[in-house]
Amino acid sequence: MARIIVVTSGKGGVGKTTTSASIAMGLARRGHRTAVIDFDVGLRNLDLVMGCERRVVYDFVNVINQEANLNQALIRDKREDNLFILPASQTRDKEALTKEGVGRVLDELAQSFDYVVCDSPAGIEHGATMAMYYADDAIVVTNPEVSSVRDSDRMLGILASKSRRAERGDEPIREYLLLSRYSPERVARGEMLSVDDVKDILALDLLGVIPESQSVLSASNAGVPVILDEASDAGRAYADLVGRYLGEDLPHRFLEAQKKGLLSRLFGG
Amino acid sequence: MSPQPHSTETSTRALIELKAGNFTLPVMRLLGTDLDGLGEELAAKVEAGAGFFQHAPVVIDLSSLPEDSGEVPFPLLVGLMRGHGMIPVGVRGGNPAQHEAAAAMELAVLADPRRSQSRPRTVPRSVPPAATHTGPGRLLTHPIRSGQRVYARGGDLVVMAAVSSGAEILADGHIHVYAPLRGRALAGVKGDATARIFCRDLQAELVSVAGYYRISENIGADLRGRAVQVFLEGRELRMQTL
Repeated sequence: MARIIVVTSGKGGVGKTTTSASIAMGLARRGHRTAVIDFDVGLRNLDLVMGCERRVVYDFVNVINQEANLNQALIRDKREDNLFILPASQTRDKEALTKEGVGRVLDELAQSFDYVVCDSPAGIEHGATMAMYYADDAIVVTNPEVSSVRDSDRMLGILASKSRRAERGDEPIREYLLLSRYSPERVARGEMLSVDDVKDILALDLLGVIPESQSVLSASNAGVPVILDEASDAGRAYADLVGRYLGEDLPHRFLEAQKKGLLSRLFGG
Repeated sequence: MSPQPHSTETSTRALIELKAGNFTLPVMRLLGTDLDGLGEELAAKVEAGAGFFQHAPVVIDLSSLPEDSGEVPFPLLVGLMRGHGMIPVGVRGGNPAQHEAAAAMELAVLADPRRSQSRPRTVPRSVPPAATHTGPGRLLTHPIRSGQRVYARGGDLVVMAAVSSGAEILADGHIHVYAPLRGRALAGVKGDATARIFCRDLQAELVSVAGYYRISENIGADLRGRAVQVFLEGRELRMQTL
């Protein structure tokens, strides 16, 4: 039976799809059969970030409506055999996602996969609630900025009360905090909330900190999950994050402002 | 001398700017017009106030005077108050004749809250809206997240974890928060004016007891982040460090 992970936030633009792509790739690289699903019906992005936008035939809504089966819709990643992508529909709207339909698809995926990563849309409306309803684990992506923190707090409240686990009184969803777009220099200048500030407000344990990095944009445009860019700080931070999720005890890197030596200042980072 | 033509040239920079300001002033409610013994009473109160009334602007409230009381001896009253260090600045309540007498003493006539259009600031006293948690959830140990609303019907509410900004906690009785209170807390929502709010770290967006509320902006900086209790004294919401 697969572990269902939802990557959510409340606030838009904080890094959910970037995170979903990298986490799914990271888990698959470590030998786990992983599926990543785009729940953002109508504004799909995951296929772009994964680099498979030219191979989309059928999508999530087709499978829910039984117009296609899972095998026809799932796209195998070219770089990693263990990784499959289920893209969202771009033409339908999110009313097409029904609780029963989503449940059926996730059940079927759970049979043959180890992990199912659900990339949630922004907001707290239907698409986001569908993405988190069946989750076992939730990674709440937050920027160190006040509106993102408040929206994440709201989402945590919803996870605690509107998920299937909450409705059934099961063990609650395991919540993890991911702080993304973190800039230690700005924190030092007092312009940005620190890790401690965010942990204080959200009362959550930190799964990882992803530093603000230009590599994210480049990776996204190239259709490569940034975790595959091993030279970039963001890529390495995502790799650490996957390790921590799987139980490894890894220290948090990229929390301190980097002191650039003379040579790197002369010749670039 | 020929009349000066209206100058179109702007004069030098303005010296004053008029704006509205909000001040909380002590109000001295006058309960009778026979001022014998007022001197001693004032002395006792000023002593108890330990310097609070020294040069303090004070408003004289005439609304508690019985209908048939005589004239208020304003010169004597003002003299006594000034003698004890207070600065009487105005009156509120009372009838027009009393207002005229006050004005003669150069006391301002301030708005009477009972007669003015703006009612005392109360939250509409409707039934508390449907809450996500109701009933015997009197002791909560998990954080109350933004957007959540908790209502302890018929009793007190004790919260042992942070109440996030954007969250609302309500109780018919008292509210205790043994962690940062960043959201809204409303005690005595069915009208119990004896209800209180106790918190360990006050950062609330709004606090209310029996409908009398105060928003974050009007909570003094000296109380923010401290252990505070909030309660009603008559119709005034009071806040004190614990």
